[in-house]
Amino acid sequence: MKLGVKIAIVLLLFSFLLMGLGFMHKYGVPLKSDMDDYFINHAQKETATNNVVTSIVFDYRGFDTLGEASVLFTAVLGVVMIFREAGKK
Amino acid sequence: MKPMSKIVRTVAASIGWFVFVFGIYVIVHGHLTPGGGFQGGAVMATGVALLIVAYGGWGAERCVGKERLPVFESAGLLTFIILAFGGACLGITFFFNFLANKGGLFGDKLPLGINPGIFNSAGVIPLMNMGVGMEVLAGISLILFAMFYGTKRVREGRCLVDNEEKEEDV
Repeated sequence: MKLGVKIAIVLLLFSFLLMGLGFMHKYGVPLKSDMDDYFINHAQKETATNNVVTSIVFDYRGFDTLGEASVLFTAVLGVVMIFREAGKK
Repeated sequence: MKPMSKIVRTVAASIGWFVFVFGIYVIVHGHLTPGGGFQGGAVMATGVALLIVAYGGWGAERCVGKERLPVFESAGLLTFIILAFGGACLGITFFFNFLANKGGLFGDKLPLGINPGIFNSAGVIPLMNMGVGMEVLAGISLILFAMFYGTKRVREGRCLVDNEEKEEDV
């Protein structure tokens, strides 16, 4: 009986996934690209950067990079805390 | 982890410099070529991994200086955050590129369209790249050193002994 409940839950979640698949954008039809057009046309003038990817990562979407760097910092803190030398006081 | 044979150590000593120099190149030219702080820092951390494998953890630690790494990491992240707040302090927005197109440090104007690239351009982006590169290099090296200590402790069984002693004390 417990197994039946588990299988029912899995099937329910799987059906949700399949439903989401139905709402996906049609393959091969491009979405609206106002943002990309803006980046491609203005990045070189506004940030004086040849590498548009870097200008997006460090300028337009800098906040995202700040989060990434803090995630790395926190990960290092955690690893050092777990692997610290035991018995050292 | 013991040092490997003399052949491996010699090859690592001669190739390690190229790895570090390539990592610095990827970091510093982040605004002109593919790559940037994260990628270049990872490349340099690969050099540290090479040193750890070839020389053993203790030799690599003497080479790199493990006490400097946390300072390096914090300094890199602080550089990034302070540069990000620079635009906000000037009254524009957070993460505004306040050095680009101004002349001075990294402030040259770039001709529009296809061009070979000017190193002294892109404003705060190269400085941010250097900060993030420092942070990634020090962070991943610290993880590698921490894992080296972990493996050594687990292999010798010191971790278990310490725990048992503590339980007896309580």
